[in-house]
Amino acid sequence: MEYLVLLLALFVISLFLGVELINKVPPNLHTPLMSGCNAISGITMVGAVLAAGAEQEITPLIGFLGFVALVLSTTNVVAGFMVTHRMLAMFTRRSK
Amino acid sequence: MDNSLIQLIYLLAASFFVLGIKGMTKPRTAIRGNQFAAVGMLIAVLVTLLDQKIVSYEFIILGIALGGLLGAILAIKVQMTAMPQMVALLNGFGGGASLGVAAAYYFETISGAGFAPGLEGSIIVVAIAATTIIGSVTLTGSVIAFGKLQEIISGNSIGLPGGKVINAVLVACALYALVSLINAPTQEMFFYAMIVLAAILGITLVLAIGGADMPVVIALLNSYSGIAAASTGFIMNNTMLIVAGSLVGASGLILTRIMCVAMNRSLINVLFGLMAEAGDSIDADEVYDGKVTSSSPDEVAMIIENARRVVIIPGFGLAMAQAQHAVRELADSMKKLGIEVEYAIHPVAGRMPGHMNVLLAEAEVPYEQMIEMDTINPTFEQTDVAIVIGANDVTNPMAREDKGCPIYGMPILNVDKSRTVVVIKRSLSAGFAGLPNPLFAQDNTLMLFGDGKKAVTDLTAALNEAA
Repeated sequence: MEYLVLLLALFVISLFLGVELINKVPPNLHTPLMSGCNAISGITMVGAVLAAGAEQEITPLIGFLGFVALVLSTTNVVAGFMVTHRMLAMFTRRSK
Repeated sequence: MDNSLIQLIYLLAASFFVLGIKGMTKPRTAIRGNQFAAVGMLIAVLVTLLDQKIVSYEFIILGIALGGLLGAILAIKVQMTAMPQMVALLNGFGGGASLGVAAAYYFETISGAGFAPGLEGSIIVVAIAATTIIGSVTLTGSVIAFGKLQEIISGNSIGLPGGKVINAVLVACALYALVSLINAPTQEMFFYAMIVLAAILGITLVLAIGGADMPVVIALLNSYSGIAAASTGFIMNNTMLIVAGSLVGASGLILTRIMCVAMNRSLINVLFGLMAEAGDSIDADEVYDGKVTSSSPDEVAMIIENARRVVIIPGFGLAMAQAQHAVRELADSMKKLGIEVEYAIHPVAGRMPGHMNVLLAEAEVPYEQMIEMDTINPTFEQTDVAIVIGANDVTNPMAREDKGCPIYGMPILNVDKSRTVVVIKRSLSAGFAGLPNPLFAQDNTLMLFGDGKKAVTDLTAALNEAA
């Protein structure tokens, strides 16, 4: 129970931190911010890896669900970071 | 590896995410910020791969290879005009991944293994149920949003009769299934019911949302995908997931609010596809009749030649016509004549937050020249020529002056205050709000009818010739 309270505290504080940071992001960068967030939300990869690599003999369903989640979250991570980089490179490119 | 050590490394990864977002606050540091976040992700995944719970790596390698390939193709192939669809799709993937992880944990720790009732167990059940519902709504809602943006589904608001009642019933049933699951965690029926009800809810919610409100929906679903990830963190007792997920959740919420303010719409109205009641219907003929001045590229070029300051107002019509490069060339020609050129960007220009900026950046417009609405509005009075390309509602002076009109109160670009206004547009057709725009009928407004790209190219040619 105490651990849960700790996790809840972390959740609330992170939300406030997020609000503080993101309010400073200029409108110019809102689209890359969103695709970057797509990549970060791919952090569920961590849970997916554990499920996909779990003991398969108990229930194959768990491994399958983990596998699907892993494909989806890896797509998010790779597509998110790459497309964000692509966009940001356009912003910092100096036209002569 | 020791569990405390793993937790410490997760904390390190979370710090990289925070630094990554911090980098995004300035264009100069944004690329490094994105790289920081990617490093954080790499650390997190590598540490997880060392977990002793993993007994086989085949599925993991296959899954990462498949996802990596799909992700790389998407990121390289996507057109900048299609970024809203891309983000909508990835929002859905994020929701789907959380749903998958929650389901895997449910079968592994609750229904499969002998579940130990008690407070601890109930907390995990609640976390699983919350993740399942949010993930499922995000998944189907994002698929519908993708369909609308890709124009597979009609962009109009498709409201079912009694849509509010249906949604309320769906929410109530999903909550009932949630409570039932907490009472009887091993009853898989309740778990499946939750997934299905939330999936239907996602569909009905987004179908009811009109095309003009899509920026709000994408931002909101972006937020949901983050909240779903944070919620997954509560299932797994993983602090990193909670930090990363709530950063994304906060980001989506802030962007949702910015979009709502920019359209003067409440989130409730957006979600239920409601538009403000129109007072007396405004007759387009009455506004335009005999007052619209049509012009030619040569005439406009002559006016521009004598200008000292020109502001370009791009709208989504510019992206549709793929005219961003042509516009940049026009700006280059003007700069050669010593004319000061800036771009006025309304927050909802384009189809997602910041979309217009990305399209202009693609055409190599320096970001210093893209000016936010609040900064550029006071300068229109000193602007010789304002060129409106493919924008409509965000320049409509009725939003400022006509208390009876449906968009009254929406912040607009005060284009009408410029000395001369040039509007490049196919016809006098109305924008998303379905209103006539008195700007087009002003004495100092010249209409340049035609395809955006061709009109701009002609204008550039005329200007180069005159110079």
